[in-house]
Amino acid sequence: MCSVEKRGRLYILTLLGEGDHRFNPCTIDAISAALQEVQDSPDAGPLVTTNQGRYFSNGLDLQWISQNPDVPLSTLRIKFETLLASFMRLRVPTIAAICGHAAAGGFMLALAHDYRFMRGDRSVLYMSELDIGLKFSKGFMAAIRSKLMPGTLRDVVLGARKFSARMALEGGIVDSVSADSPQTLEAAISEAQKLAGRGWKKEIYCELRLGAFPGVLEELDAHEDPYNFPLSSKLSKL
Amino acid sequence: MCSLEKRGRVYVLTLSGEGDHRFNPSTIDNIAAALKEVQDSPDAGALVTTNEGRYFSNGLDIQWISQNPDAHLSTIRIKFENLLASFMRLGVPTIAAIRGHAAAGGFILALAHDYRFMKGDRSVLYMSELDHGMKLPRSLMAVVRSKLLPAASRDVVLGAGKFSAQTALEGRIVDSVYADSAQTLEAAISEAQKLASRGWKKSIYSELRLGVFPGVVEELDAHRDPYLFPASAKL
Repeated sequence: MCSVEKRGRLYILTLLGEGDHRFNPCTIDAISAALQEVQDSPDAGPLVTTNQGRYFSNGLDLQWISQNPDVPLSTLRIKFETLLASFMRLRVPTIAAICGHAAAGGFMLALAHDYRFMRGDRSVLYMSELDIGLKFSKGFMAAIRSKLMPGTLRDVVLGARKFSARMALEGGIVDSVSADSPQTLEAAISEAQKLAGRGWKKEIYCELRLGAFPGVLEELDAHEDPYNFPLSSKLSKL
Repeated sequence: MCSLEKRGRVYVLTLSGEGDHRFNPSTIDNIAAALKEVQDSPDAGALVTTNEGRYFSNGLDIQWISQNPDAHLSTIRIKFENLLASFMRLGVPTIAAIRGHAAAGGFILALAHDYRFMKGDRSVLYMSELDHGMKLPRSLMAVVRSKLLPAASRDVVLGAGKFSAQTALEGRIVDSVYADSAQTLEAAISEAQKLASRGWKKSIYSELRLGVFPGVVEELDAHRDPYLFPASAKL
C-alpha cells in the first residue's frame, strides 16, 4: 500500500499503485508503521507524503466497510483519527505532495500535513461529506478547521466545493502548485531539504505544532461522536 | 419591517422600506417569524436576506433603547442574540445580499450569514462600537471572530474601519461584489438556486455549520456580559 524511502535525512512516504489509496485497517497500519520508522529515526528530517497514479486518496474504504458488516464503523473511524493524530505528533515537518485527487479522508490527510504542494492539473480537492449526507466526528472537524481560513472552510465543508489546484491556492488550502507530478514532488522535496537545513529540535517542533493548532490532537484522541451513516445518507444502502 | 418571498426553493427575506432597518423587539420578532417559516418549509433550499433603500441595517434601535435604557438594553440584546442564533441554526444556506450600508448590529447580522454578496457602490461596512465607546459582548464578538481573518477582525473591531465593498472583498469580509443593487440580488438568488439544487439535508447542513463555527451558538445562547452603556459612551 505504501513505501517509505530515505533520501539523505528526508523521508518520502508514497501511497502506491494506480488505485485511489483508500484507508482500511490494513492500509492504515502500513502508513502508521512508516510513520513510526520516521519518528524513531534519530536523524530524520522532514517527511514528504505523496502518491502514485491519479489519486492522492479518496478517503475511507467504503468497500471494506460493506464487506465487514460485523466490524463497527467506529473501529475504522478511530483508527483513522489515530493516524491523523500520529501525523500531528510527528517530530519533523510534513509536506503533502498532492499528485492527484484528494477527497474526504484523503483531503483530511493532506490537511493534517504542515504544508501542501499540489499538482496543477487533473487534481481536485473535495470534502464530499455534505453531498453524501454525512457528518464529521469532532476530531475530523477540528483537524479540518485548524488549517483553513473562515471563508475557505465554509466553501470546503458547507459548500462541498470541488477545488482545482488554482482555486486551492487562492483559498489558501495549498501552499504551492506545480505543473505536473514529478515537479510537484521535486518542489516538495526541495522545500523539505530547506526545512531540514534549519536544524530544528524535534521535540520543540512537535510541541510548537501542538500549540499552533490547539485542541486538534485532544479532539482526535477523544474519538467522540459515532461516525454513523444517517439513514438518510446516500451510503445507507451499502 | 420585512417581507418574505418564495422563488422556487429560494426564500428572499427583504428588510423593507427606505429607513435604516433598526432592530427592536417588534422588528426582530418579524424577522424571526420569517426565519421560522423558512425553517419549517419542507422544500426550502436557501435563504437570501436583502434590503430595500440605502441601508442594509444600522443595527440596534438606539431610540427604542433610550426610552428605558436599563430594561430595554438587556431585552434587546437577548432578542438580538436569539435572532443571530436562529440564523446560525437554519437548515439551509444563507446569503446576505448587502445592498446598502451595514453598521454595528447590521454588520453582525450580515456576518451571521454563510455568504456575503455586496453592492459595489454607496455601501459601507462599519463596526461602530469603538467609535461610540461601546463594548461588544462575548456573544456578538464570537460571531464576528468566527467569520473574519485575524487582520480583518483587527481592522473591523479594533480599527472601527469603514469598508467599501472593494476593501471588504480584499479583506475577505464579503465573497463577491456587484455593480448595483439589482445585480447584487440577482447574483445572490442565482447562487442560492445553485446551492438549493445540491439537495442537501437540512439537519446535516445545520449540524455541519455548528461544527464549522464552534462555540458561536453556545455564546449566543449563554447571553453573557450585561450590555451596559458605559457612562462615557457617546450615546
